[in-house]
Amino acid sequence: MKRRNVLSYLYETAPQKPDKIAFADETVALTFRQVYDLTSAVGSFLLSRGVTRQPVVVFMRKSPREIAAFFGVIAAGCYYVPLDEEMPAGRIQLILDNVKAPVVICDEDTLPKTKDFDLRGGKAVLFDEAASAPADRAALDAAYEKALDIDPIYIVFTSGSTGLPKGVAACHRSVIDYVEELSDILSFGEDTVFGNQSPLYFDACLKELYPTLKFGATTYLVPKKLFSMPVKLVEFLNEKRVNTICWVVSALTMISAFDTFSVVKPETLKTVAFGSEVFPPKQFAIWRKALPEASFTNLYGPTEGTGMCCYFRVDRDLEDGEPIPIGRPFPNREILLLSEDGKAVPDGETGEIYLRGNAVTLGYYNDPARTASAFVQNPLQKAYPETVYRTGDLAYRNKRGELVYVSRRDYQIKHMGHRIELGEIEVNVNMLPGVKLSAALYNSERKKIVLFYLGDVDEKELGAVLKTKLPRYMLPGKICRLEEMPFTPNGKIDRVTLKKRAEA
Amino acid sequence: MEELLEILNELHDDVDYETEEHLIDNGILDSLDIVTLIAQISDRFDVTITAKDIAPENFNSAAAMAALIRRLEEEG
Repeated sequence: MKRRNVLSYLYETAPQKPDKIAFADETVALTFRQVYDLTSAVGSFLLSRGVTRQPVVVFMRKSPREIAAFFGVIAAGCYYVPLDEEMPAGRIQLILDNVKAPVVICDEDTLPKTKDFDLRGGKAVLFDEAASAPADRAALDAAYEKALDIDPIYIVFTSGSTGLPKGVAACHRSVIDYVEELSDILSFGEDTVFGNQSPLYFDACLKELYPTLKFGATTYLVPKKLFSMPVKLVEFLNEKRVNTICWVVSALTMISAFDTFSVVKPETLKTVAFGSEVFPPKQFAIWRKALPEASFTNLYGPTEGTGMCCYFRVDRDLEDGEPIPIGRPFPNREILLLSEDGKAVPDGETGEIYLRGNAVTLGYYNDPARTASAFVQNPLQKAYPETVYRTGDLAYRNKRGELVYVSRRDYQIKHMGHRIELGEIEVNVNMLPGVKLSAALYNSERKKIVLFYLGDVDEKELGAVLKTKLPRYMLPGKICRLEEMPFTPNGKIDRVTLKKRAEA
Repeated sequence: MEELLEILNELHDDVDYETEEHLIDNGILDSLDIVTLIAQISDRFDVTITAKDIAPENFNSAAAMAALIRRLEEEG
């Protein structure tokens, strides 16, 4: 069967496993039948108000109900835009300004907070209200038939160097292609029990959400506070019989670094996937030793490439100091390594990663300029239109033909699994009264963002104001006021000198 | 206690550590904070905090952390 719509996974699984738990957290567990019913109700609610083929904001606390809201939005032929109360107010407003959604779906906790924002004409409605709408099967079927596989299903926002976040829009076809290939690579099945770590407002959660629907598997949303409590975290995995986790590296090293395995071991864990950061070899060795039977897979991929697009199954011993490769692309994707002038680099040399395939997303929502600079014509062929995504990541192929990640091309960094433009931090700091100039650098050894600035405001005050402007993971770990900013001979901030200071 | 408060204030200077009793339960300290905190405490107090000690009841308040440090110092 030709699959055109991600909801086909739900529509096939729900009648087969109506009473199995699909998504659960500490307080709520939804069966596939309940997910189906909520999806139909929310979809019908939107359609009855004439909302279709438009963005719908979902501003809820992370929960199984939020996931059902996502599917309900898709059922109406719309695309969901997740917001979270963890996001700073300034960023939330920028997202609302960008998408101008007609409806903002809230829960009891977030509804009062919408009063602090300009919803740009959107109407805030409670999830419970939408979820109690009667299902209008005819309207839902019509919306389903009308949906093309190139229609968007979500927009998630990533950091942008100008201070404006970029909204990456992805369509059915990209997500289906991703879910099918990822499921093969990590051998997901109906007995898969996921322990979800990633927030629902990034594409990282695609790994659990749609494979759960596809196979009739189960996803437990791991309570966030457990990620500071390694023993409790492993006990939770054991209690829920979790066998598959796709986590950021820092969540895994939190467990291994404190010798948790001498107290308690994950008993049911079989599949460990990780990504978004380099895995320190010592910590990785602790994991492998603790779980000799489990498979470990390194994943790599930009949000613009729909989740992950490269994988490396760690099935051989790595040489001393050898970084874990990002391996090879998933099927139906190609990685081009190109030089700055757009030519393929010779084997073994470092080039920029360009991605081609269905996985390339639609682009940045309401942002043609930045879309045009990253979603470009394939430099290797000019005969017909073909959009590839220029990642800004540098890599090379090792002797085995595996891709090895090197670094970012620009000032973008990876910190705590998040992709951050250091420029976005600077733009936010430079806008504050009392600040003349600033530079953000990354101390990769201590995993700390270090901010240098010139101005009258003191360091403590600046730190406090920044907390209202930037997401927590973007906050500098150290703030230094300078008497003088170092400059290069051609007048740019001397980042080499500052980097040395940041690493001192 | 003073030294501990100094470490905590470096982490988040907008929290009233003298009264707050739900640092973990209310999500005031996240996992990065805990990692930083443990590194700092181990460093400055010369104690070893193991996985077993990293439980909410030991980190929900400054007083609980002080008690943990005292216990580890005695055991050490």
